[in-house]
Amino acid sequence: MKFINYLTSIAGVSIFPLLSLMIFVTFFAVLIVYLIKSDKASMEKMGNIPLEKNDDQLNFSKYE
Amino acid sequence: MQQEQFYYDNKVVRNFAYASIIFGLIGMTVGLLIALQLVFPNLNFGIPYTTFGRIRPLHTNAVIFAFVGNGLFAGVYYSLQRLCKSRMYSDVLSNINFWGWQIIILAAAITLPLGLTSGKEYAELEWPIDIAIALIWVVFGWNMFGTILKRRERHLYVAIWFFIATFVTVAVLHIVNSFEMPVSLFKSYSWYAGVQDALVQWWYGHNAVAFFLTTPYLGLMYYFLPKAANRPVYSYRLSIIHFWALIFLYIWAGPHHLLYTSLPDWAQSLGVVFSVMLIAPSWGGMINGLLTLRGAWDKVREDVILKFFVVAITAYGMSTFEGPMLSLKNVNAIAHFTDWIIAHVHIGALGWNGFLTFGMLYWLFPRIYGKELYSKKLANFHFWIGTLGILFYAIPLYWAGITQSLMWKEFTVEGYLKYPNFLETVTQIIPMYALRSVGGLLYLIGVIVMTYNLVKTALSGKLIANELAEAPALTKEYGVAKNEHWHRWIERRPVQLMVLSLVVILIGGAAEIIPTFLIKNNIPTIASVKPYTPLELQGRDIYIREGCNTCHSQMVRPFRSETERYGEYSKAGEFVYDHPFLWGSKRTGPDLHRVGGKYPDSWHYNHMLEPSSMSPGSIMPTYPWLLDDDLDTTSTAAKIRAMQTVGVPYPVGYDLIANKDLMHQADSIKNTLAESGIKTASNKEIVALISYLQRLGKDIKLTTKVQ
Repeated sequence: MKFINYLTSIAGVSIFPLLSLMIFVTFFAVLIVYLIKSDKASMEKMGNIPLEKNDDQLNFSKYE
Repeated sequence: MQQEQFYYDNKVVRNFAYASIIFGLIGMTVGLLIALQLVFPNLNFGIPYTTFGRIRPLHTNAVIFAFVGNGLFAGVYYSLQRLCKSRMYSDVLSNINFWGWQIIILAAAITLPLGLTSGKEYAELEWPIDIAIALIWVVFGWNMFGTILKRRERHLYVAIWFFIATFVTVAVLHIVNSFEMPVSLFKSYSWYAGVQDALVQWWYGHNAVAFFLTTPYLGLMYYFLPKAANRPVYSYRLSIIHFWALIFLYIWAGPHHLLYTSLPDWAQSLGVVFSVMLIAPSWGGMINGLLTLRGAWDKVREDVILKFFVVAITAYGMSTFEGPMLSLKNVNAIAHFTDWIIAHVHIGALGWNGFLTFGMLYWLFPRIYGKELYSKKLANFHFWIGTLGILFYAIPLYWAGITQSLMWKEFTVEGYLKYPNFLETVTQIIPMYALRSVGGLLYLIGVIVMTYNLVKTALSGKLIANELAEAPALTKEYGVAKNEHWHRWIERRPVQLMVLSLVVILIGGAAEIIPTFLIKNNIPTIASVKPYTPLELQGRDIYIREGCNTCHSQMVRPFRSETERYGEYSKAGEFVYDHPFLWGSKRTGPDLHRVGGKYPDSWHYNHMLEPSSMSPGSIMPTYPWLLDDDLDTTSTAAKIRAMQTVGVPYPVGYDLIANKDLMHQADSIKNTLAESGIKTASNKEIVALISYLQRLGKDIKLTTKVQ
């Protein structure tokens, strides 16, 4: 069964794949532009969140 | 800024960690047992509760939902608190999450060996347990969002996005795939039939891999790897792309489990295209993980935790390369139904999930117990024996899978199958099965050593149940930069992030599933295909109970090598009354879709009693109890009614007279058995099973005759 058989029965169906592709491409295009433009400092800051405030770095003397 | 003091809850982390270890040991031991059963069929012990068909689901459920499930909860509960700089939202919810999940696992461990199963792979648990899973999952989500909402860190670190996507997608998958019609407290029929059931099942099955075994573990990778390496992730930008691309694409890939089946072509093609695209985000993630260690590879040599992480991420890269490759139709034609797939999933399970969990546990225990790891030497030993175990597990199975597939497909110069007897292709690879068991054993030894090491660590320290931390409160007012980008906006809004993730995954799910349901032509009806008789229906339920579909497919693919061996290829219209579908995913034994009428009733009778009497060298378990146990006919009426509710066209009021038809058909089978010198009562389970097996794939032959 080819999907095209069913698709042709929907009115104005040709816009569907175009629309889907546009949403997909736009989403990722905008995302990539954002990431390229985003400033390095804030990216670094976010990447460092797990390492901030080393409250769970081992400090065994604390417990002994 | 004023610092607030609060305590992290380490107790719940400890509980989940122990649960993960205990169920890991159990699940892997069962795995070793079923691996050995393929070499020594006597290890099925001749009793129902330990046969391969029933305990293989026990193994998969135990390692996926109990070992990895508890592991992911341990990791999420630990990292989420730190990333949000907040204790979990509610200790009560944490405890309900923990105990609820363990009770579900216990229920699975009891019901699966009893043969109480829905028959759908990785979703075997019956409906009351399904409901419990949904409730506990909501508790987990509630607790997670509560924590996120009261966080002291504005930005949601990327690991949290992966946790959110995990929560929302697993909820959707589980609920949609679990629509079923209860017959009794522990028996139900899938709401969907045949092709539709298969599509929903593998949309679920594949995304269970994606959103239960992958996304949460990627979240854990993004937290624990930087922690262990003491350096930030290689590229935070890449992690953002990784996240969106992965959840955008993953949800579409399910149909690659159904290539060359009766699933409509268009759905198969969608599955292929998206699976191939998936390599981009997957490898993006792998590279991001490995490059995090740039300039720190000298640490890997010394730090066993990093060693585990490196192998885990490498295994992730290998399986996510293999996944798209296996999704290509030409590769799938060779690999599907063989041990290649088992090898593939174990690279993911043993390498990616297992090693990431182990690395995480080695990192966690010293921190929550405030003591150095008991023995670095033992941890190193675990690393090496585990790695060796993975290799010994996977390589023989790759070998076995390819060998067997080539044997299935080999023709003589005269144009006949070279190995017409399926069994020949099985006995050929049994040495590989034996080697694989050795691999499994090595891996299990490693886990036992780890358990000892971690318990020793715990005993030498004291649990820091509540760990003091401090951080400034989050101010309500914060500056919004001019022309702030929408993505930055979403990065601190968990609810909107969840909604957007939900939309993204629903698009893929809906685009595949809805047309298959709405457009009738997707499943062309075949006039001669009729509902099962009451006896066949009962027999089918025995087939499901014993897990026959674990080793036998019911899907003849349109290859000459298969139509020669089994008969006419399977058509979508043949499965319209199959609630659930039983296409299977692995051929440890031959396909059964056209087995109806192939052998006399007496052959099946003797074969179920002692398979090797009919097929010398067979590794199939014996099923003596089917010959002794009486068929429970009291359930017939309820089963017919349930089938009517899900759309099977039995006449109105048929439930009341179904047992009369059942006994009539049973008597006729009893008589044919008697003619072959086999004396049995007509009310035995074996009679029902024979009636079902003899019906399989026959309807379509009637049309051929009419034409």
